[in-house]
Parts: sequence; structure tokens; C-alpha cells
Amino acid sequence: MDVGIVSYGAYVPRYRIKPEEIGRVWGADGVGMGRGLKIEQKSVPSPDEDVITISAEAARYMMDRVPDVDPQTIGAVYVGSESHPYAVKPSSGTVAEVIQATPSLTAADLEFACKAGTAAIQICMGLVGSGMIQYGVAVGADTSQGAPGDALEYSASAGGAAFLIGSEKIIAKINKTMSFTTDTPDFWRREGQPYPSHGGRFTGDPAYFKHITSAAEMLLDDQGTKPEDYDHAVFHQPNGKFPERVAKMLKFTPEQIVNGLLTPAIGNTYSGAVPLGLANVLDKSKPGDRIFVVSYGSGAGSDAFDITVTDEMKNYKKENAPTLEKVLENPVYLDYALYAKYKGTIRMPE
Amino acid sequence: MAAVAKEWREIPARYNLEGSECGNCGRKFFPKRNMCPHCRRNGFGKMHPYQVSKKGKIFTFSIIHDAPAINMRLKPYAVVMIRTDDGLLIAGQLVDTDVSKIEIGMRVRSVLRILDEGGTTGVIHYGFKFVPDL
Amino acid sequence: MREVAIVGTGITKFGELWDKSFRSIGIEAGIKAIEDAGMSGSEVDGIFIGNMSSRFINQQHIDALIADYSGMATRNVPAVRTEAGGASGGVAFRQGVMAIASGMHDVVLVGGAEKMTDLDDAGTALIMDSTADAEWEGSMGLTLTSLYAMIARRMIFEGKVTREEIASIAVNAHVNGARNSNAQFKNVIALETVLRSGPVADPLNVFDCAPYSDGAAAVVLVPLEQAKKMGVEYVKVSAVTQASDTLALFQREDITTFKATTVAAKEAYKIAGIEAKDINVAEVHDDYTVAGLMALQDLGLFKSGEAGKAVLEGQVGIDSKMALNPSGGLKARGYPVGASGVAQIVEITEQLRNKADNRQVANAKYGLAQSVGGTGSAVTISILEAI
Repeated sequence: MDVGIVSYGAYVPRYRIKPEEIGRVWGADGVGMGRGLKIEQKSVPSPDEDVITISAEAARYMMDRVPDVDPQTIGAVYVGSESHPYAVKPSSGTVAEVIQATPSLTAADLEFACKAGTAAIQICMGLVGSGMIQYGVAVGADTSQGAPGDALEYSASAGGAAFLIGSEKIIAKINKTMSFTTDTPDFWRREGQPYPSHGGRFTGDPAYFKHITSAAEMLLDDQGTKPEDYDHAVFHQPNGKFPERVAKMLKFTPEQIVNGLLTPAIGNTYSGAVPLGLANVLDKSKPGDRIFVVSYGSGAGSDAFDITVTDEMKNYKKENAPTLEKVLENPVYLDYALYAKYKGTIRMPE
Repeated sequence: MAAVAKEWREIPARYNLEGSECGNCGRKFFPKRNMCPHCRRNGFGKMHPYQVSKKGKIFTFSIIHDAPAINMRLKPYAVVMIRTDDGLLIAGQLVDTDVSKIEIGMRVRSVLRILDEGGTTGVIHYGFKFVPDL
Repeated sequence: MREVAIVGTGITKFGELWDKSFRSIGIEAGIKAIEDAGMSGSEVDGIFIGNMSSRFINQQHIDALIADYSGMATRNVPAVRTEAGGASGGVAFRQGVMAIASGMHDVVLVGGAEKMTDLDDAGTALIMDSTADAEWEGSMGLTLTSLYAMIARRMIFEGKVTREEIASIAVNAHVNGARNSNAQFKNVIALETVLRSGPVADPLNVFDCAPYSDGAAAVVLVPLEQAKKMGVEYVKVSAVTQASDTLALFQREDITTFKATTVAAKEAYKIAGIEAKDINVAEVHDDYTVAGLMALQDLGLFKSGEAGKAVLEGQVGIDSKMALNPSGGLKARGYPVGASGVAQIVEITEQLRNKADNRQVANAKYGLAQSVGGTGSAVTISILEAI
């Protein structure tokens, strides 16, 4: 049976901070850092937001757009993140409760650095495709942490997107998914540690580029397609430059990746990055558009997807929830002191 | 040991504004009631769950400067009474707004936010807050 | 049912009484009241205590504490503690009156006491916030002050009052507090001071809010017929009524009026056989300035829209037709919550007995006390008459 995206929703917190403001505090060239990463600003969650509230907001938008889908027919909810609010207590359980899909469903939380959200999509595809469930919800969201003063502080941001995977009234058919996975120590965080560590320039060629290009080539080969067969391409985007470079390596054009590239405007939303990029592409797509998606999660792995937007997109009630463009309107800029207060890095009294 | 049942019991109300509707007179209530104050005995056994509309308009508001400990990182913060689209009056915080630009009559909708982080070891309590309706 | 009289009053200083414990404060007021009644204390056959929160001092069973430390427990006198948020004292008074009127008791001591400064301000605030709907107002981030602030904002929006009129309640309070040796605040303040004081919950500022206080008040009640034989100055209790309303402010039909006040007041005037215009002196529950102003309207003491103007123009002082809060009110005299309802009775009694020192309202015949819990969820109205 055909399996694909039946609905989607995306949410990014309102607050932003610019690289020059971060650089000011640490005595670094913030403007230069921003230019080097091709990031103009990054999103910051409010003190009362976390991965659960972000996932819930995206999932609610997703459900608002399919008023005919009874949430009780959802058979699974998976939330992928590397900043789940609890080490033990699933974000997916709360998200399921919020969209009123409980109690007859399965749920679990996923972690695979920045590709936990796309892994969730794959799991839902399997459950739907095998006939085990009617609908599955896959969410990729993060409120990622970058250590103060570290390069990652300029890019680690917050946001997420949710996808309803099913086999009826599909608005975007997932023709195929393939993945490339290895044990590669480019970026990691030990249990209990507040901030991740990384291998510096090792995160480039042997990690990000190797996995994305390998998964991409696998999929293109399998589908017998070439880059020019696609209208849009979404690549993982830890900064604004890597996706441009990998697109060039794979012979995709800048025009193809522009709608799926949000990092320059909102920073790296980690597990939310590719899901948000895909959501933005879907916001701007039309029936017949073919979309090439490759995520990347450190540790490491890439999930590649070949997607075709269907005619059903014409009937889709996209207007029932704000588009990502609307969500990103009128951001509020913070100075570093407010940023630190919001991120909880200032030690508060008991 | 932590006391968890009280907040868990209120989840349908805290997350999704679930109140009650009297099957006898049709009046709606939030929070839920086991008895309709108007029908009393005639409403016994007829109170059904009812989900209040998540959208409405600001009826009145205040900006709190003297904040309780759990909201120290958000102060000053706004609290509002909302007239929901289905006619009920409910109360909560209004966030993601410039507090100097709040006006009676503004349209808002409810979202899920953290109400109380529960310190470093407790359960995180989530519930509804309001944001300006995009 | 018998008619009831007040034959003795007692009150402590109100304020931050660091060297006084809850036990000592309550007893002090009670002893003064019994002495004022010319009694020894062994006549008392029932005690009613208004006390808002045992959480302030981490002690339940306040009735037993007071019975014990007032020396009544050795005679096993029954004691009852009443709690109704800010109306705890007013409710205690009504229970005491009912006890005498019903014939079940002959000499009742009614007291109100609160010790609020043994707890830090933040803890005290949380306890006060819990007199609203703790589940759906408090836990949602609404403080008690913000609820009254929302009432104020709505009243201003509907053109019912102005911000200055609201603030003038505090100005009037301090004018009177300056003449009250027991008052927590004895400084006269200007309107500007109130308007410029730091915001607590916009639009209410620090000076719009009554303070946290320690203090106690007490009265002795006997049947009216008994009072006539006692040879002390007494005052008649013409009416004591009480009304309830929803716990949460958002459940009301109209948040710019306290229906419990209007209902209880209407019935009280009827029982006393008088009208609002017959009231010469009123002690109303100004825990917030806006509440004081609302009270003047809800009690019918002024026509709709005119109360604010009267207060702003200083027309409710002790030399006017209707004197407002000659004690200094909750704002200037202080607000030990459970004590306030009884302290109002003490003030009205002294006014009617002509013993109000330099706060005396001339020729006071009828006095009214209004005690309020939460955001108007419980209101008691007491009307006393000079004999």
C-alpha cells in the first residue's frame, strides 16, 4: 500500500539572539562567527517551553489540519529529540495525551542526535505499511544546548515539526526511504552532562558529508533518479554552509534547497531541523512536486526519503493552522542576559 | 516519595480545557462540576465532559510584578480572564506578548506550556496558557 | 430569638509585632474585652475565633489553643474556629451572635487573631493566594492581588471608576490611621504617592494593598436584656447577615460587583429596619483600594458612579454624613486577616459608644461592618445600633 504524510505541523519559539550578541559576551568576533556559519540568528525557547510543549504545539497544528481524523485512530506516537525534558518519562506519552490519542496506542521516545525525528517517520512508515496501525505520529523537536562560549552556542536552537503518517488521503507519498548508519564519534553527550562534546573538524568529511552523500547516492541509485528529477531537496543543516556544500557535491542546485534551508533564520534545531525544512517545503509545494530529503544524526547516520506531493494536497486544509512563514513572523530579540535567564544558565536562588 | 495524583487527575482539564456540560439545561462549566448549580437534582447523572473552545478574547488582565517563585524567570508576566468563543470565562497567563501592548478585546488562543518545572527532581506540570492568536 | 448586645471590646496594636506570639496576641485582646465588660472571664460559656490560616504558624486546632491560653479550657468551655478567607472574623462574629440569639449561650467571647509575620513574605503571599481558587486561579499563576487588579481594570474599562478614585481609598485610610494609636501606619499620604508606588499587579501598586500584619480583636456578647442590667455601655446588634458566591472570580456573571455584598446588605438593612442612607459610619473590607470603593457602591451607601467622586473629594472623612473606615481601614490600621472582621466590630462599637477618641464620628446612630473572603466568595454584613 502507499504510505506517506497525511498532515504536518511546525512550531518555532518566538525569541531570537544574534551571533554578534553572543560574541560580545565571550570576547569573540560574533559577526564573523555568524558569517562563517551562515547563521543570522537562532531561536531561543521561553522559560516555559521545552521539547514537550514544542512537540505538542506542532502536533496540534498537524491535527487541526485534518479535522476528519479521529485522534483515537492514531496507533503510535514517537518523539525524537536530544533534549527530552526527562531522562526517564517519555515526551511521546504527554504529546499523545495532548492530542487526545490515548489510551489505545504505542509510544516511545527516540534519540539519534539530529536524526531522531526522521527515524520516527521511518518507524511509523513500517507500522502503517505493515497494517499494524492506521496512523502514526512522528515528531522531531529539540531545545538544544550549546556550551557557553563554545562554537555550538552560536547555532544550537529550538523548534520542531510533527508528521501524521498514514495510507489514506496522503498529501505527500513517501516513495522510498533508505538509511546509512555507522559507529562514528563526531559529536556526543554523556548521561548527566549538560553540554555535548564534538570532534571539531572531524564532524565534517568523515561524519556529515560521508553519511549524507552515501545515503543520497544509495537512494538515487535505487530509484534510478538524478538530482534534476527533484523540485526540492532538504538536507540536514547544522549551519547554513554544510547543506549548500553537500548539495553542490551531489549536484543539487541552490534553487532546489532554498525552501528547505531554515538554519540561517532560526539556527540549528537539531532533531527539528530536517522536519522543519520539510514542513517549509510542503507549505510551498504543489501537487506533483518531488522532494529529496536526507537527514543526518551524529554518532552517526543519515535517513534519506524520496517524496512526491499528491493531488490530495489540493484538498488539504493547510489554512487551519499557521504556516511556518507565519510562525516565524515578528520574532523578539534578546540580549545575552535575557538569553541566559531563559536558557536557565543563571543560577537561581532556592 | 512524591505526591503526583492531584495534578495527574487534572490532566484533561489542564491540557485540553475539559469541563462539563449539563445534559439537562445545556449550560457549560469550566472546571468540571459533578452537579449543575442551576438544575441541581435534575442534573444528577447528566453531567458530560465538554471541551471548552481554545480560542477567545481578553475580558480583563493584569501584569504581575510581584511574582511567586515558580515564575521568577518570566516576570513581569500577564494574567488574563478570557471570554472563550463558546461563552465561558476562564483564567490563565498570557505569554509571548509585549505586556505594554495588551488590550481588552484582543484575540487569543490556548497553548500547552510548563506551569511548574518541579525543581530538579519533581514531575513537570504542564497546562494551558494563552498567546495572541496569529 | 433573643436580641444581642456587645458589652465589651478589646484590641491590640496592629503591625509587625515581632516580640508577640499568636498565643499572646489573642489573649491580650480577649482580656481587654472581658475587663471592658466588667467581667472576670468565668462568665464566658462559648468562644468563637476568626483565624484565616493556621498555616501561618503551622498549628491546626486553633480553637483549642485559644481556649487553653485564655484560661477557658480549665472550665472546658466550647471553642470554635471559623475560617472564610478574609471574612473569618466577620463569620466568627455572626456565629457568636447566633449562639446568643438562639438561646444556647448566654455570654460569648468573639475574637479574631492572626500572626502573619512568623512566615516570609513569599510564603505569606502564597497562603493569601489560596483564598481564591487555589486549583484554577492560584496554580495557573494568578495571585490574589492580580484578581483584584483585573477587577479594577475591568471597572475602569467599563467607565465605572477612575484610577484616581480607586487610589483615593488609601488616602482616606491613612488620614484616619494617623489618628489611631493602634494603627500599623500613622502617616498621611498623598494621592500621587499611591499612584507612583511600585507596581504589584498592574494597575494596583504597593499602596493599593493592605499590609501583612499581626494583631487581634475581641468583643463580649450577651442578650440585650442582660446588657441593660449590667451597668456598662453597650451597643445593639441590629443585624448580622452572610452570603456566599462562587470561589473563582471567573465564574461570576459580573466581576465589577460583589453580589454577596449586595445580597447580604439588602437583607441586613431589612432586618435592621433601616436603609443604606441611615448608616453614619462604615468599616468596609479595603484589603485592596478597589475593594473598598466597590463596597461603597455594593452597600448602596452611594449612588452608582458617585462613590469614587465622594472619596476622591475627601467627602467620607469622620466629619461627613457617611464616614468611611474611621479606624484607618485594612490599609492603614492593618490587616491581620482573621482579626479584621472583629476589629471592624470593635471600631463601630466605639464609634456608637462615643469612645473613639480623636477619630469620633459625631452622633453616630447606625454603623455597618463588611468583612469579605477571597474575591467576594463570602461576605458578612453587621449593622450595630447605638442605644
